[in-house]
Amino acid sequence: MGATGPPDLGQLLKLSGRGDRQAFAELYDATASRIFGLAVRVVRDPAQAEEVTQEAFLEIWRTAGRFDPERGSGISWLLTIVHRKAVDRVRSAEASTRRDTTYHQQNQAVDHDSTADAAHASMEARRVRSALGSLTEVQREAIELAYFGGYTHTQVAGMLDLPVGTAKTRIRDGLIRLRDTMGVGA
Amino acid sequence: MTDVHALSGAYAVDALDDIERAQFERHLTECPACRAEVQSLREGAAVLGELADAAPPASLRAQVLSDIQGVRPLPPLAASVPGLPERSTRRRFPRPMVGLVAAAAAVIALGAGTAIVQPWDDAAPSNPGQVSAVEQILDAPDAEATSDRLDDGATVTVTRSKRMNLAVLETTGLPELPDDQTYELWLIHENQMVRAGLMDDAARSVMLKGDAASASGAGITIEPAGGSSVPSDDVVTVMSFENA
Repeated sequence: MGATGPPDLGQLLKLSGRGDRQAFAELYDATASRIFGLAVRVVRDPAQAEEVTQEAFLEIWRTAGRFDPERGSGISWLLTIVHRKAVDRVRSAEASTRRDTTYHQQNQAVDHDSTADAAHASMEARRVRSALGSLTEVQREAIELAYFGGYTHTQVAGMLDLPVGTAKTRIRDGLIRLRDTMGVGA
Repeated sequence: MTDVHALSGAYAVDALDDIERAQFERHLTECPACRAEVQSLREGAAVLGELADAAPPASLRAQVLSDIQGVRPLPPLAASVPGLPERSTRRRFPRPMVGLVAAAAAVIALGAGTAIVQPWDDAAPSNPGQVSAVEQILDAPDAEATSDRLDDGATVTVTRSKRMNLAVLETTGLPELPDDQTYELWLIHENQMVRAGLMDDAARSVMLKGDAASASGAGITIEPAGGSSVPSDDVVTVMSFENA
């Protein structure tokens, strides 16, 4: 309230964990766009994305006291929660048409240029797109299909015409590169 | 699974199917290096969230703030218990309280290889003069009891007799669960949570199934109805036996 600079998510999580509803409302205001944004990217349908976001915030409220700043950042903790729920939603919907198509037959919404459409031209987003540019094309595509598409690594291998089992390595290598380039997860 | 460590990246972005996820989570209980790596790879993945910003409808805010009204936050983690999956916690009280249980009915599951006198209500053996299985354990010369008091006053006590190779769990004040959930019991063997039966939430005492003598502890989680082959994050309690 009246504070300058971006809110300290770790602090808001700690307070929320103690039942501080005001802090939680601030947490919502600070993160809802990223959380809902990720939910929409993964589940596509805005109505379902709202439900996933709602479920995520409820779990965030319940478990905020478990957040340990020693182990990772607040935003990563929050996005991990919503991401898992979004992927569970997509998998349970069993969208069979998605599973059979190859990457190049797919709706091109997951390609590199389209990720720019959805984003603000923020400094941070630019840094992330630049970091993605330092990955190999396969690493980038594999991560995008897994993270935003909600596909399993086995499906990703099929969609990218990779030998079975190699997608998980590409994903891991790409994440390491992304992590190191962005300077997170130290 | 030839190289389970290689799943860490896919796991960090939720790109494992249910089977692989269960396998990998089991692996995480015994691999601190993978736990640390998953954590750092998740930080890497989280930066992608910057690319996917979208303002939700204003009504969602009101909905969320209203949702949390009836729900208590869980208290912080105690020191982590070795053997539990990375996300698991030492939960102090279960989900939104549906209502406290007053019934005194007992459900006893049969243990392996032991003669059970009375598999029914421990409070009132139907044949007077006969001692119920639960009482036999509680009265065993080598009986050892461990208790945990949960945040809302509920208590859980597990009593084990190595000689009888049985353990009984007694609870008071554990909340009733909705129909789609159940309490599940676990025995801890070498840092693994091994299934030890389900517990009707009306039960006050229940025998744990399996090898109690060589277990190092016991636990209770909340699972979907019918139970689950791997423990969820919803941990009611985990207790260690003194003389494991």
